[in-house]
Amino acid sequence: MTGCLKRLYVWLVYGFFYLPLLVMFLYSFNTNKYTTAWGGFSLKWYASLLHNTAILDAALNSLLVATCAASLATLLGALAAVCLKRYRFPGHRALAIGILLLTVSPDIVMGISFLILFIACSIQLGFFTLLISHTALCAPFVAVTALARLAEFDERLIEAARDLGASEAGALLHILLPLTAPAVAAGWLLSFTLSMDDVLISTFVTGPSFEVLPVRIYSMVKLGVKPDVNALSAIMFLLTLSLVLLARVVSQLRRKTA
Amino acid sequence: MATNHSSRDSLFRTFSIAGSWLWLGLFALLPTVVLLLVAFLDRGEVGFFIPSLTLDNFRELFGPVFLSVLGDSLRLALLSTLVCLLVAYPFAYALAKANPRRRPWLLLLVIIPFWTNSLIRTYALILMIGAQGMVNKLGLALGLIDVPLEILYTDFAVFAGMTYTFLPFMILPLYASMEKLDPSLADAAKDLGAGALRTFWHITLPLTLPGVVAGCILVFLPSLGCFYIPEILGGATNMLLGTFIKNQFLVAKNWPLGAASSSVLTLFLVLLAVLYRFTSRRVAANMPLRASRNEE
Repeated sequence: MTGCLKRLYVWLVYGFFYLPLLVMFLYSFNTNKYTTAWGGFSLKWYASLLHNTAILDAALNSLLVATCAASLATLLGALAAVCLKRYRFPGHRALAIGILLLTVSPDIVMGISFLILFIACSIQLGFFTLLISHTALCAPFVAVTALARLAEFDERLIEAARDLGASEAGALLHILLPLTAPAVAAGWLLSFTLSMDDVLISTFVTGPSFEVLPVRIYSMVKLGVKPDVNALSAIMFLLTLSLVLLARVVSQLRRKTA
Repeated sequence: MATNHSSRDSLFRTFSIAGSWLWLGLFALLPTVVLLLVAFLDRGEVGFFIPSLTLDNFRELFGPVFLSVLGDSLRLALLSTLVCLLVAYPFAYALAKANPRRRPWLLLLVIIPFWTNSLIRTYALILMIGAQGMVNKLGLALGLIDVPLEILYTDFAVFAGMTYTFLPFMILPLYASMEKLDPSLADAAKDLGAGALRTFWHITLPLTLPGVVAGCILVFLPSLGCFYIPEILGGATNMLLGTFIKNQFLVAKNWPLGAASSSVLTLFLVLLAVLYRFTSRRVAANMPLRASRNEE
């Protein structure tokens, strides 16, 4: 009896998560412009997105920023994770705590402080400022997740390689990197998602000449329900879904090889 | 871990430590210092701020305008954090106790909304609670209501939106703390005659407290600082903290006041981080067998 109740409760919560998304997904195929009634199946809202140059430009800009920011963040995050795991040095704890705090630091505070910094340095708002702030947003997440994976790593493997004459960098490159590559790849995918989704920071650090997709979607959403927003949101959801699944597959690879 | 002499002189060691500090400094310390500095500056006539020190911005935080914004924001953020906690705790517990073979899949179903764009999830909620939304349609069809309920553009809609959006952020840290829980501890308490409630109060809850605090950080801070959920779902009457800060930067152009008002968020971040540290230390001290001894 309690087992039944527990199961019901769990699926109610899942229903709460997925029902609105499902409804949005269905409406994106609705011929009717309004959500009053179902008018039949249609792909016209998806087709209309293809002719909307403002959205296409914003999507392209977002893909560019997300790809570059995720790559940079992965490099920096992985570097910090390796250094925190491998070495003990003065300020080790401060570095670890600082990175952990960054992951929970409110996005809006990050957005406004970067805005002030960029304006104070007279850097023009656009691609570069987005790249910097999105890298700052994602790198701590990569560092924390990579560090969690590295916790299982046996450091004697590196010591053994060093004893056999490998250089420090060589040992890390040939032993640590292959073992953590899946975790790092998953970190890249999740950084990409974070950057593609960010509204709170992008609102502040982007200029009128360089619009990104989340900010564009936000200005559309503020005007209420629109069928093409349904279609665009459905695409964004499917993109996230596939990235999360890919990240999962990639991190499972490690368990099989290690 | 023992660092032997050969790694101490390594070039890579220096490079990685310096590199990590450099990015933390550039991405976290420098912006924070600049933000703090601007909070103490005067509002300029032409520029965004002028270099003359003042405490006026912080004084304004104690004025009636900001206090009412802060009061409304705190009320909504606290309420949604509390409801998230009450919903997520039994859910995470059920997940942690689920069949190990199905557990990764059940967890994945939480991770997907965790990573899905919050803006899109907020938008999807309009389709449910709007005047033409699913809730009203269903209610009318079943005869539960005679006229469509006005849910959208109310405080309740903002509360519902925050709860819906941030619930996965509460579940995941709770789950992580429950997964580590040693079931033999609860069994031992039961064997010694403790009831279910006593076992929960003295064993399960204290040991999962770090997860509770972590979840509260991940729900409370975004609820307090997020501007798009109230702007999309809320009415035009009450302004919340996120919108207030955003407006100082993008509309009113009063950057020093915006910087000063964001210090409320930083203050809560520090307080909650200290609380997290305190609870996780207590757990580590009370669980000597399972605590990580390899830290030093």
